[in-house]
Amino acid sequence: MANKTSQPTIRLEILRYDPEKDSAPRYQSYEVPFQEEWVVLDAINHIKDQIDGTLTHRWSCRMGVCGSCGMMVNGVAKLGCSAFLRDYYPNPIRVEPLAHFPIIRDLVVQLDGFMAKLQSVQPWIIRKEEKPVEQGEYLQSPAQHARYKDFSMCINCLLCYAACPVTELEPHFLGPAAIALAQRYNLDSRDEGREIRQETVSSHIGIWQCTLVGECSVVCPKHVDPAGAIQQAKLASTMDWYKELLWPWGGKR
Amino acid sequence: MKPYVRPISAGWWLHRMPYLRFMLREFSAVFIAAYVIIFLVMILRISQGQAAYEAFRADLQSPLAILFHVVALLFALLHTISWFQLTPKAMAVWKGEERVPPAMLIIPNYVAWVVLSGVVAWIVLGG
Amino acid sequence: MEIHEHDVVIVGGGGAGLRAAIELGEAHPHLRVAVVSKVYPMRSHTVAAEGGSAAVIKPNDSLDHHAYDTVSGSDWLGDQDAIEAFVKEAPGEMIRMDHWGCPWSREPDGHVAVRPFGGMTIERTWYAADKSGFHMLHTLFQTALKFQATKWYHEWFATKLLVDEGRCQGITAIELLTGQVHAILAKAVILCTGGMGRLYPYTTNGAIKTADGMALSYRAGVALKDMEFVQYHPTGLPGSGILITEGARGDGGILVNKDGYRYLQDYGLGPPDPWPRLRAMELGPRDRLSQAFVHEDAKGRTIQTPFGTAVHLDLRHLGEAKINKKLPFVRELAKNYAGIDPVHDPIPVRPVVHYAMGGIDTDIHGATTVPGLFAAGECACISLNGANRLGSNSLTELLVFGRRAAAAAARFATEHPKLAKELLKKQAADEEGRIAAQFIRKQGGKERIATLRREMNLVMEESTGIYRDGKTLEPALPKIAALKERFRNVTLDDRTAPFNTELISAIELEFMLEVAEAAIHSAFQRKESRGSHQRTDFPKRDDQTFLKHSMAYRTDGAPRIGYKDVVITRWPPAERVYGK
Repeated sequence: MANKTSQPTIRLEILRYDPEKDSAPRYQSYEVPFQEEWVVLDAINHIKDQIDGTLTHRWSCRMGVCGSCGMMVNGVAKLGCSAFLRDYYPNPIRVEPLAHFPIIRDLVVQLDGFMAKLQSVQPWIIRKEEKPVEQGEYLQSPAQHARYKDFSMCINCLLCYAACPVTELEPHFLGPAAIALAQRYNLDSRDEGREIRQETVSSHIGIWQCTLVGECSVVCPKHVDPAGAIQQAKLASTMDWYKELLWPWGGKR
Repeated sequence: MKPYVRPISAGWWLHRMPYLRFMLREFSAVFIAAYVIIFLVMILRISQGQAAYEAFRADLQSPLAILFHVVALLFALLHTISWFQLTPKAMAVWKGEERVPPAMLIIPNYVAWVVLSGVVAWIVLGG
Repeated sequence: MEIHEHDVVIVGGGGAGLRAAIELGEAHPHLRVAVVSKVYPMRSHTVAAEGGSAAVIKPNDSLDHHAYDTVSGSDWLGDQDAIEAFVKEAPGEMIRMDHWGCPWSREPDGHVAVRPFGGMTIERTWYAADKSGFHMLHTLFQTALKFQATKWYHEWFATKLLVDEGRCQGITAIELLTGQVHAILAKAVILCTGGMGRLYPYTTNGAIKTADGMALSYRAGVALKDMEFVQYHPTGLPGSGILITEGARGDGGILVNKDGYRYLQDYGLGPPDPWPRLRAMELGPRDRLSQAFVHEDAKGRTIQTPFGTAVHLDLRHLGEAKINKKLPFVRELAKNYAGIDPVHDPIPVRPVVHYAMGGIDTDIHGATTVPGLFAAGECACISLNGANRLGSNSLTELLVFGRRAAAAAARFATEHPKLAKELLKKQAADEEGRIAAQFIRKQGGKERIATLRREMNLVMEESTGIYRDGKTLEPALPKIAALKERFRNVTLDDRTAPFNTELISAIELEFMLEVAEAAIHSAFQRKESRGSHQRTDFPKRDDQTFLKHSMAYRTDGAPRIGYKDVVITRWPPAERVYGK
């Protein structure tokens, strides 16, 4: 039988911020049981349920698809449900809210800015003419499907914003996920809205802000490669510019 | 209800290796710009006649100048390699449902680099 | 208190809520529409659906086939008028999803591809690899953003329906950011709050699936229908309950016991070959597969894992290329959360709670018995799914009935423009006072939320698991009542206003206890076995007495259980036959 002393534990140092009391965040340490199969989210839920009900975080699916539990784990942006304690044990783990976002409380950050950016790139199918439902689905070959598929895998977990120093230095920058989504629709054979999206995507808050640190793609848990999306959008914009320069009467794009 | 905005630390780019690499790449521009200026000065000196050019060449032999050129070369290499590595990110080339493997886009860059360097070397040294 | 006013308020931002929002934006642009959701819409649990969404599209299929599969899958408890409407509107809804950009997997010729699913005579499950729910949810959310006039209340938690003179006229909700209680008045309210998986200890459902809408409407006087019918998905990961899609079996995966034997052939689902074969073996309906597991376990032929017994889902014969193409998420989940690469090893799986067939009693337009209150999606019971839902019908249900509820709500809102504002404001103020008194300012109390939740989970698992009987159901009745009583003694660590998630958890638990009681009572009263409700003390289906929906009504004491006839149109009750 395991007794209290033989149960191994691991320490979590969590950045706490209570907007009603604190003028600045502070770290608080918690000792939690170390379980081989636990992720950081399990440890946080254990604290919330058993030790300190005031600890505040977001979570839901615990299977890496809802995108709620993004956080900094030892300084790296991760999903709390995909960061296993065993990869850090026996060292303590430092948990902070996602970098570059304002902190509402403890691990909860403010997403209003991202939501506005998402909407501003018009991430929906834009067509000159809608196809009536009676005429069935659009034909899209597997090759056409493959063109945009990876960019459609974004779960909006915002790890990429926490990894991108530009989002901190230039708060208006649309950021990796929003641009990747714009590119996802631009590359979809059913869409005709690229020109409309370009007004935002290639504006002063868009792709040209990106200095290609490339960390967005490194931390992305769904292999979306937003850095790739941005560079491809830059290349396409540059081609547009040359086309207009060399063939000014050719009509826009 | 006031959300807390964390201050930007001046040393943010020291915290993670990828950020440091990125800053080095940005910083490399300083050396490359300096090299271009030296190059322009060299052309100016050539136009001023043999004596001016010889004096310029003598200056280049100073340890400081040599050190500068070595550092500039390293930065130029860093820059070049970063951009070569970047090619497949910026250029999505497709063959049916599959992306052409990154290596297929990176390798031609290096090949072109070696060939062009060879041509330049042939013109300068042999031609 | 702040008062907000809209024409139609949708509570819940998952598949059904977003489909409703799009319908209102497209067809009723003059209406002021709001979506109130306790999480950002893209976090809604629709996101976790994997296998796909059913609709007739291929020339070898027919609406009658889809209807018959659904009727027999439901063990004849589904209302056939609802099922007929559903299969008829399903293809159009799915084509709309394509037009909105859903990245459906494709045939080489560019048409959408379909895969086989359990209990279906013909393959008709549209899919986007094994992230169909994720893609549908994001497509719907992004499309909904097109309608700039829609007001989004992100991270607002509904606590009460405002009902005056028998008509629903809005809600109260806690704004998580500030902790303030607001009144959101509306001429019509649509509940799209999802299911109740978190009543149980092991579930595929995320943390947010806490029966909120069911409890809200139950308190407002609407019956909860067929609450005893809870679906166990046969293939969840032991311990975590993480879902491994039925699509894995649709694409050829097999279930074997510890001896490598395809045990389903022993339980009326065989013979095993040829494979894959529709409506047979691993492509039988979920209730039958989960029940077979229990028998196999009782015979000691399951595998021991650190998290209980399991069987093996074997995909190895599909090969790496096919697994990567059609089941990449399954591979990722198995690797991360079971330490197994399905290319090389079979995945340990066991049945876990997945879906509530029952829910808020509505008609086929999503209308409840309270005028002005509508419901769609998993929280509603139309009833499409009867005693057992077929895999891939629920995603389509979100679309068909999300749109229908929106249309009905728009009509109602237009015809009933007047609101009893002063009375509603008073009700909302009372609710604000209740929350403060019961939780935030409360003195004393010693029960922790997590303790009560855990005990509720255990009561549910014991009494209303895959097999039930009177001997475990009867003692569960006072147990759940006692837990409700103990809840009055609950105490919170967190008494602050901003983003008080502990307060939300407390209210969610209160909701769940209420719904749990309705479910246990409904199960106790149904003295027959049908679909997912298997009583070992009443092993036969009894159409004479129980070809009826259970209706749980809230009273001051225990729920009152009544019955309502099932609508039969073209398919008289018959035996469910699989495996032939």
